[in-house]
Amino acid sequence: MATLHTVNKSPFATQSLLSCLGHAKAGDTVLLIEDGVYGAAGGTGLADAVAGLGGAVTLAVLAPDLKARGIDEGRLMDGVKTVDYAGFVDLAASHDRTQAWL
Amino acid sequence: MKFGVVVSEGPYTHQASDTAYHFVTAALAAGHEVPRVFFYHDGVNVGTRLSIPPQDERNIQQQWSALAKEHGTDLVICIAAAQRRGLLDKNEAERQGKDADNIAEGFRISGLGQLIEMAIDADRLMTFGD
Repeated sequence: MATLHTVNKSPFATQSLLSCLGHAKAGDTVLLIEDGVYGAAGGTGLADAVAGLGGAVTLAVLAPDLKARGIDEGRLMDGVKTVDYAGFVDLAASHDRTQAWL
Repeated sequence: MKFGVVVSEGPYTHQASDTAYHFVTAALAAGHEVPRVFFYHDGVNVGTRLSIPPQDERNIQQQWSALAKEHGTDLVICIAAAQRRGLLDKNEAERQGKDADNIAEGFRISGLGQLIEMAIDADRLMTFGD
């Protein structure tokens, strides 16, 4: 049972992303949307938490929300996948369930 | 695939009602079904027809009303959340002795039963909020 997790708040404002990463299981995807996209930027204190996933959990980010915040895709952490809204829909459909970390 | 959608954040607050709208639009474009969107908590404020955003800004209520008209999506506003926030349809305004109603086209007021029904009926439940 793979889960698509969505996180919509900056990891520098709330603990949602860290809580989510702590619960995500192998095969799950964590999609960063809205202010959550700040969590995908490279060179921040989050790198260790993401590296700790060891690739078992896919980290994805919603590209229009990155663009709205002026974050260049070249500045993302290694291994982060970018998707548009159509890709968001595909992720929701291809996982067995979804969990919004509000 | 059938998607159920919950919006629990007010319009023009952060981004939830926009993200939900873009998600639903993309899902419909991909051939999926979105039979119902449930507006809960502050999300009920999306459904007032009395909001007047600046003309060069998106009108969130009108976007949803247009989507409902085009795709037949059932836009349900939670009654308990609506009453607290002054969202009334004609029947409720009469029942409560109020002098006006303000529900926008395509929206209707109903209860949590519709949320549960949507969750049971949908293949995936998407929640957008604060």
